[in-house]
Amino acid sequence: MDQNDINRLRGKTAVVGLAESGCGLASGWSAMEIMASAVHDALDDAGIKLKEVDGVFAATAFHSMAAMSLSEYLGVKPKFADGSQIGGSSFLSHILTAAMALDAGLINVAVVAYGSNQKSAGGFKTISEAMPYEAQYQPRMPVTAYALSAKRYMNEFGATREDLANVAVSARDWALLNPRAYTHQDGPLTVNDVLSARPIVDPLGKLDCCLVTDGGAAVVMTRSDRAKDTKNTPIYLLGAAMEHHHRMISEMPDLVQTSAIESGKRAFSMSGYNPNDMSTIQLYDAFTINTLLFLEDLGFCKKGEAKELVKNNNIGPTGNLKVNTNGGGLSCVHPGMYGLFVTLEALRQLRNASGDDVGQRLNGGWIDNAKLSVAHGNGGVLSSQVTNIWGVSDTL
Amino acid sequence: MAEDLTGTVGPEQQFKNFLSEGKFMIQRCKSLNKFFFHPRVAFPGSGERDLEWVEASGNGEVYSSSCNRRLPEKGGDFNLSLITLEEGPRMMARVEGIDPDKVEIGQKVKARISSLNGEPAVIFDIV
Repeated sequence: MDQNDINRLRGKTAVVGLAESGCGLASGWSAMEIMASAVHDALDDAGIKLKEVDGVFAATAFHSMAAMSLSEYLGVKPKFADGSQIGGSSFLSHILTAAMALDAGLINVAVVAYGSNQKSAGGFKTISEAMPYEAQYQPRMPVTAYALSAKRYMNEFGATREDLANVAVSARDWALLNPRAYTHQDGPLTVNDVLSARPIVDPLGKLDCCLVTDGGAAVVMTRSDRAKDTKNTPIYLLGAAMEHHHRMISEMPDLVQTSAIESGKRAFSMSGYNPNDMSTIQLYDAFTINTLLFLEDLGFCKKGEAKELVKNNNIGPTGNLKVNTNGGGLSCVHPGMYGLFVTLEALRQLRNASGDDVGQRLNGGWIDNAKLSVAHGNGGVLSSQVTNIWGVSDTL
Repeated sequence: MAEDLTGTVGPEQQFKNFLSEGKFMIQRCKSLNKFFFHPRVAFPGSGERDLEWVEASGNGEVYSSSCNRRLPEKGGDFNLSLITLEEGPRMMARVEGIDPDKVEIGQKVKARISSLNGEPAVIFDIV
């Protein structure tokens, strides 16, 4: 198959509705209730009735067969469903699969959804099995894996904990502009705050690690011919690609190079745009090291140079790169699997710039004239990497 | 041929059995003359099945390291590292006999078989 065949998905589908539900703390709500609430809100946002939904895509850490459980709860009998579980990036791959199913005519309306009540239910939730050849050493997964990568990164490129901390400082600065962010009222962070936070797995401290919150999210997708007749600004899927090369951190071929190198290359190629064309950059920042690795692997700078790129708050609201503009997993929301929230922020920025009301931000929180966003998802332990490129109609 | 597995055990259990006998064994593909870890039924990526077990030299080098913080009453801080074996493959393990936050990338280490939670385990010491 040549590249033209692959690229036939470019611009063929769009998101026409989105919502989040129960982000932060949702005591008294189950993961399913939070997820289903987000689906109904996203359908309301799209102006599409539940009975039109014939494609259901979901993954959670609470349901072994999430797409089936969600379909039943909604009362939907999908003609195509996918509950593939590749960690936090699952939803960005569901979006690719949904685009394929829509384009093939198997379905007409897809919902992609997630829900979690991990915080109110007691803390970080995983259904990951114990890894053979690793479990007996009792790694504190996933933190240990990311700490091993961070340590290697610091060693290879002369990066410091201060370089990592810069990522957390900028994320918080964005959260201060976003009333939806969990840390919106918490005030700014300094590099010293991050360095002096409680050590978890050296070299990562508590503020190098994402939040632990509740929350759900959903998006509604249709083919583009229908999307242009819906009530909101459709946001078109211009590129999508995935790759993974390990499941266990001990099997990662190189701790400082992720499969985002490959997923990013193919997603940008499909979209016809380059990293520098992106108005906003939404990266799966479960840990501070992620942002450095993905800026490099997606092509925003060369390997080893991200530590320079993030200096002087250059990825914060006053900087040149609009990275994780909701506050990210570090300072906005992280209910265990963050992929759909990366996606939501990529979409919201484009819809706001197109005149849709997608909520209020303080001055500087919305990116003027945003036309293209990259949403990048990560799953497992720097394992599965999925890149989506989104654009408004005049980028088609 | 693996149609009937009756009376045999897979590579994971074979590895554990060797450890119980005090031997740290890794697999080598004979036709490729390459070692790999973790144990598998075929060479990863290309599928060769002419495998043999070889006793590892035990010599290795720290590829990366982390200090996992833990309350003293739960056992205290411990090291968790990735070790590149002299034969080429990499594995997760603990480096002991040194403060858990003092293990550095590039340090030479040597394997011994110890136990963790009652199970035999490969542990490394700084050379």
